[in-house]
Amino acid sequence: MKVTITVNGATHESDVEPRTLLVQYVRESLGLTGTNIGCDTSSCGACSLHLNGESVKSCTVLAVQADGGSVTTIEGLAKDGVMHPMQQAFMENHGLQCGYCTPGMVMAAISLLDENPSPTEEQVRIGIEGNLCRCTGYHNIVKSVLACANNK
Amino acid sequence: MGGSILGNRVLRKEDPKFLTTGGVYVDDLLDEPALLGALHVTYVRSTVAHGNITSIDTSDAVSMPGIVAVFTGKDLGLELVPSAYNPAATRTLLATDKVRFVGEPIVAIVSETREEGEDAIDAVIIDYDVLPALIDLEEAMASSTLLYEACGSNVVFDSMVLGLPDNTGDAYFADCEVVAKGRFINQRVAPCPLEVRGAAAAWGIDGRLTQWLSTQHAQGAVAPLAATNGVDPSKVHVKTPDVGGGFGAKIGAYPEELLLGVIAKRVGTPVRWRETRSESMVGLGHGRAQLQYVTIGGKRDGTVTHYQFWAIQDSGSWVDMGTILAPFMTRPMSSGVYAIPNIECRTTSVVTNTTPTVAYRGAGRPEATAAIERAMDIFALEVGMDAVEVRRKNLIPKFLTPHTTVVGQTYDVGDYETSLNKVLEAADYKGWRAKQKAARDSGAAKQIGIGVSVYVEITGGVGSGESAKVEIQDNGHALIYTGTSPHGQGHATSWAMLANEQTGIPIENIELVWGDTDLVPIGTGTMGSRSLQQGGNAVFAVAAELVNKAKSVAARLLEASEEDIVLDKDSATFHVAGTPAVAKTWADLALAEKQSGGLVHSDVINVAGATFPFGAHVAVVEVDVETGKVTHIAHTACDDAGKVLNPMLLEGQIHGGVAQGAAQALLEEVSYDPDGNPITSNLADYAFISAAELPSVTVVHMETPTPLNLIGAKGIGESGTIGATPAVQSAVVDAVSQFGVKHIDMPTTAEKVWAAIQSAR
Repeated sequence: MKVTITVNGATHESDVEPRTLLVQYVRESLGLTGTNIGCDTSSCGACSLHLNGESVKSCTVLAVQADGGSVTTIEGLAKDGVMHPMQQAFMENHGLQCGYCTPGMVMAAISLLDENPSPTEEQVRIGIEGNLCRCTGYHNIVKSVLACANNK
Repeated sequence: MGGSILGNRVLRKEDPKFLTTGGVYVDDLLDEPALLGALHVTYVRSTVAHGNITSIDTSDAVSMPGIVAVFTGKDLGLELVPSAYNPAATRTLLATDKVRFVGEPIVAIVSETREEGEDAIDAVIIDYDVLPALIDLEEAMASSTLLYEACGSNVVFDSMVLGLPDNTGDAYFADCEVVAKGRFINQRVAPCPLEVRGAAAAWGIDGRLTQWLSTQHAQGAVAPLAATNGVDPSKVHVKTPDVGGGFGAKIGAYPEELLLGVIAKRVGTPVRWRETRSESMVGLGHGRAQLQYVTIGGKRDGTVTHYQFWAIQDSGSWVDMGTILAPFMTRPMSSGVYAIPNIECRTTSVVTNTTPTVAYRGAGRPEATAAIERAMDIFALEVGMDAVEVRRKNLIPKFLTPHTTVVGQTYDVGDYETSLNKVLEAADYKGWRAKQKAARDSGAAKQIGIGVSVYVEITGGVGSGESAKVEIQDNGHALIYTGTSPHGQGHATSWAMLANEQTGIPIENIELVWGDTDLVPIGTGTMGSRSLQQGGNAVFAVAAELVNKAKSVAARLLEASEEDIVLDKDSATFHVAGTPAVAKTWADLALAEKQSGGLVHSDVINVAGATFPFGAHVAVVEVDVETGKVTHIAHTACDDAGKVLNPMLLEGQIHGGVAQGAAQALLEEVSYDPDGNPITSNLADYAFISAAELPSVTVVHMETPTPLNLIGAKGIGESGTIGATPAVQSAVVDAVSQFGVKHIDMPTTAEKVWAAIQSAR
């Protein structure tokens, strides 16, 4: 099926199988491998990206559902070599270790602050509940998100 | 003169990449030239826990769209491979005659796309004669149904074969005033690195195999890959891309990975494999899985004089690393931090029809700590003393020269009481006890529980040293080659800090090479919290030697005596003492040495032995006694890992460790039904801990350097897990001890806590 999807500002016209997931599309068709796959039950959030400005788990969205839409992946966040404040906050607060959950976590965290610019620690913890991390114990991820919120 | 970089919160060099383009994990190697046109491998796995294979029909699968080939073990000519830990146990890497767990690979499908391979799984028809599934450990011990007939028993390793004595039973406690007994389940858990297993294989025209592997130890994979592929180890090149977590489960190479070269050779094309999470939950090794019988005895005043511990280790269906963690990691640490004059500890490892067990963060030490800490708690209840006071009474006093416990383990240095005092103060232990009393007095539904653990563990026990090479490039930048294998630990930053300390080269000009067996042929990888004290230590020593080498080159260029050459670390230049205006840069020296092999030094640096980090944790939980629901509300950890290189990284390791410890105490458990069907085989069913279930962690610093390496470092990768698990579990029990509850097995789910309250009331 023919789809037209704008990814990180560039418009792509592609022919995809109806069953192609959005995550497969960005990874395999566009080579944007920053978005990772961590499970097969939409539990881990490693594949989180922004579709039309909102965080989605791209393993639960078909590429054809994104037709006409706009996608931002981790590769599209930095502008002119300057990291997004959330990326910067993760770096400064050691919010990542192995890096595998990180792109999805950053995308989910940005969406969280879009909805609630001044969350409490508890709201951050509940807000990122759908994104799993095995390395950090979430401590520094929560700290990163709060730091980013406070810097705004 | 600037100060030392060591001990500072240096931000990670590796982060900008992970944060902007993401890491390059094995499944991301889409542009790798050697893998262009690679086919996909999909494994068909056993759906029964125990059975004899009566037929395998691949004829329908092979004609499906995109299917290039379908191989059984017989098609590939696979031979029996013995276990390294009990050679009587043998298997083929694809099951040919007998299956022993749900998830065991039987058939390999090779397809053009991954989806086509997955589509073909159901078209492979495998018939079985089903055998009784042995899931329960004690049933498996007693059963006449054997997983490996040649072993003569399902007991595949017993500490008694090491010449160690059996436990003598209740007679051991004849002189004790107080005796308490426990049967503790240290349940099976899934390591769950966020990146599942993945690998790729390609044969070069030179007859060499290149294998990409998501691993903690590339060098360790060379020999099994060579054996599986029937080639000399010199024909195997393992490359490690970024690795999305390991936690011990990615130390050894698995059948699915080892076979890729064999399959690639058969089809004449490179192949890739990446499992799904549902496959990973049954195929990647599991951790823990011990049944523990403990008896603890002593005096009415709280002095413990006797401790008897029998650890029955579930090996799962293969005699893998899990088998030997009980005798070689749990048993030596059975005394914990306590001066107990009489200890008997036996370990028995048993095969069952479940996923094989391997190392998982802590690997044998959390089990030892959980056993002795829970034993201390039940002893405290029996003598009617505060759990902290019983611990304090029995702690080994501070020692700065080696101390050997009654089980024969020698600890390097220890100051357990100070760590306990520090954590109690930081956690406001007294304050929480007051809040607990208020809650109890009020009879509120939400009760407070406080758990304390004091632990010692063994780190750097794997390998006796590590390789390091430091090479100066033409531009004066440095390349460090290390035998460790970072997958989140931050070695690129830490090793650069250590090299900077010696050479003055800025850390942004130092890059790390690891996990490539052509570039780093000698290495023991990252496991057992060994990396800093062995790998980092080696970088530190080798960089110092390189500076000496550089001084001799500078002496030649500056026509001076070597003893008069000074390295100015602020400018990273060499000059003759007293005349800094005439200086040589690292680039100058590298250029001078270019014709004679370059400015480089490499060595394998041995260390004097394992180290024994220690510490104490305080966990606070809130338990709703009407529903049993537990909320972990506070956690304070004091972990002494010796000299600290980068406190930010140390804290990160503790945070992650605490989360995994709390996860085992509160939520996570791999379960099977009585027929051996896994019922936690995806992340929707397995209770992987999330941010919403954890508190932030208060880290209390304490540094007692070890004399056993140059940098005074002990391991920190696993301490958090070891200290947290029993502290959190004890906190849950403590919250409901007022009802007469003495023990609740992990995970302390609402259901179990509620049931414990009901049966005690």
